[in-house]
Amino acid sequence: MSIFIDKKTRLLIQGITGRDGSFHAKQMMEYGTQVVAGVTPGKGGQKFENKVPIFNTVAQAVKETGANATVIYVPPPFAADAIMEAADAGIPFIVAITEGVPVLDMTRVYPFVKERGARLLGPNCPGLISPGASNVGIIPGRICTPGPVGLVSRSGTLTYEVVYQLTRAGIGQTTCVGIGGDPINGTNFIDCLAAFERDSATTAVVMIGEIGGTDEQEAARFIKDKMKKPVVGFIAGQTAPPGRRMGHAGAIISGSAGTAAEKMQAFQENGVGVAKRPIDVVDLLKRAMRQER
Amino acid sequence: MNIHEYQAKEIFRKYGIPIPPGEVATTPEEAEAIARKYGTTVVVKAQVHAGGRGKAGGVKLAKTPAEARDVATKILQLTIKGLPVEKVLVTPAADIASEAYVGIIVDRASKKPVFMASPAGGIDIEEVAAKTPDKILRHPIDPRYGLRTYEAMQLAFFLYSDIKQVRAAARILQQLYAAFSGNGGSLAEINPLVTTPTGEVVALDAKMVIDDNELERRPDIAELRDESAEDPSEVEARKASLTFIKLDGNVGCVVNGAGLAMATMDLVKYYGGDPANFLDIGGSSNPEKVVAALRIITREPNVKAILFNIFGGITRTDDVANGIVSAISENPLRIPLVIRLTGTNEEIAVKILEKNGLSAMTDMDEAVKKAVALATGGKAA
Repeated sequence: MSIFIDKKTRLLIQGITGRDGSFHAKQMMEYGTQVVAGVTPGKGGQKFENKVPIFNTVAQAVKETGANATVIYVPPPFAADAIMEAADAGIPFIVAITEGVPVLDMTRVYPFVKERGARLLGPNCPGLISPGASNVGIIPGRICTPGPVGLVSRSGTLTYEVVYQLTRAGIGQTTCVGIGGDPINGTNFIDCLAAFERDSATTAVVMIGEIGGTDEQEAARFIKDKMKKPVVGFIAGQTAPPGRRMGHAGAIISGSAGTAAEKMQAFQENGVGVAKRPIDVVDLLKRAMRQER
Repeated sequence: MNIHEYQAKEIFRKYGIPIPPGEVATTPEEAEAIARKYGTTVVVKAQVHAGGRGKAGGVKLAKTPAEARDVATKILQLTIKGLPVEKVLVTPAADIASEAYVGIIVDRASKKPVFMASPAGGIDIEEVAAKTPDKILRHPIDPRYGLRTYEAMQLAFFLYSDIKQVRAAARILQQLYAAFSGNGGSLAEINPLVTTPTGEVVALDAKMVIDDNELERRPDIAELRDESAEDPSEVEARKASLTFIKLDGNVGCVVNGAGLAMATMDLVKYYGGDPANFLDIGGSSNPEKVVAALRIITREPNVKAILFNIFGGITRTDDVANGIVSAISENPLRIPLVIRLTGTNEEIAVKILEKNGLSAMTDMDEAVKKAVALATGGKAA
């Protein structure tokens, strides 16, 4: 089992003919992901790699292929529209890889997607992978291996690093999810933690945070109050210098400077093991899983 | 992107917000001339992309043109949070009856623009927020409707009781929202919003931060960037589409992705070194980015070793390898280089490096330890 995607996921790729879209489409297909359609306006009727039908619109692609998830590689000025097009076409799971989507666009996209009952992952995220079943996004498949650990992270490449260390230590994963680092994203830590708590195959969870905001602190409280499965954490940015922050609004709104120290303390206070180095996640996790049994 | 107070004021004025006049000076003589023109007590304010200007001595009152020249001389010599002051704004001093705070920011938690208003404005507003949170009113905005009049009135009634002032403030709040949303803001702030002894409501300061992701579609706003107010290395990095923050350590770091970049810096520190910078070459990579990254890093004399930590996803490690090879062939390195590459197209990358007499490691901890040892001339902690 896994969260959000599995063998039955029928994937649409928006921006399948672009530089990044085509490269990662091939990687996903090689991994075994069921890629059922692509969308590039103006290229409808063609086939990608002589195999995957390309459509002009998402609505057409869904109607013809029954796609139930989409991954978006379109450039930033068009990304907000692509997300809304997918939600309007009834796709329940939307993964936006695009980096550089204006945040005010996202303030409009988020309620639009919510009202249509869809889940958005990202934008500015690496996507997710359920090892051995389906890979949606840009996470290199070969660093993952199936197993009992769920992983959720705000980062892209740091996610790969930790997954790689887990795999090398023989610890496989149910699903690895990168939620993205933008101020407004569709799926947050708590959404993923709750899904892992419900997933029968997941026995422990790794959560990787960063400096900035208060999502990790809220997630730490959620873990203490709502989760039975053990969670291990890592926070990047322990040595980050204090920024030359302008204005007061940021500190006023959250009442927090969002430092790594604050977040690590929140983890500790709520019974979440905190790793000092990425590699330490492995030992903490082994210990947590032993105690669980 | 940060813009200066005087630039934010120009934007706010276009939306009708009442703001006293002001002019920018880059020399003490210009400041004196502007003060003479106004013929009244003026405030001389440092224009610099850092908070806490007032507390750093960057805002001073001057009663005469000669005094304006003197304080401008002092302020133009200041460095505030590492940034030299290149410009001052000279503006007539206002008589102040009360100081309020109004601001708007995109809030991560509610995923909406959120207004904040406080009758206790001024330089200690963060302390007010921390100690007396009931003195701050927060109000989330549905961006599809904007700040409606009754919402603006609710916020304004929190600031003032005189209905004329309430109406004036409500209008200013709507104008502020229009300026924020119409220019791709991620923050817009007036602190203080003052009342004068005659009862007018006036904005004495203006701050605005523009979402970098908006600049491509707003060339007029992108033009407001003042490169003289930024660190030169950071300017060069941005032109090469790199995110770079200069620090003072001995290990230069080139990493893809902000999270891994921070984790790499943390690890450099953990093993007894000091990171010389934060540098994220970003997602879709091209070899030129790597060339620019090496040029920027090697310019710093403190840097004693360079560490590449690349975990390829959307970044192709072969692109990075090509960049390293072409950067070194143009400009041979004088300091040791440690390369850690893994992920997308790793086999191709390793071949490219080996053909050019370089080698790559696959383990992050080992690579960091080696770079620290080379930088410190000894063994890593």
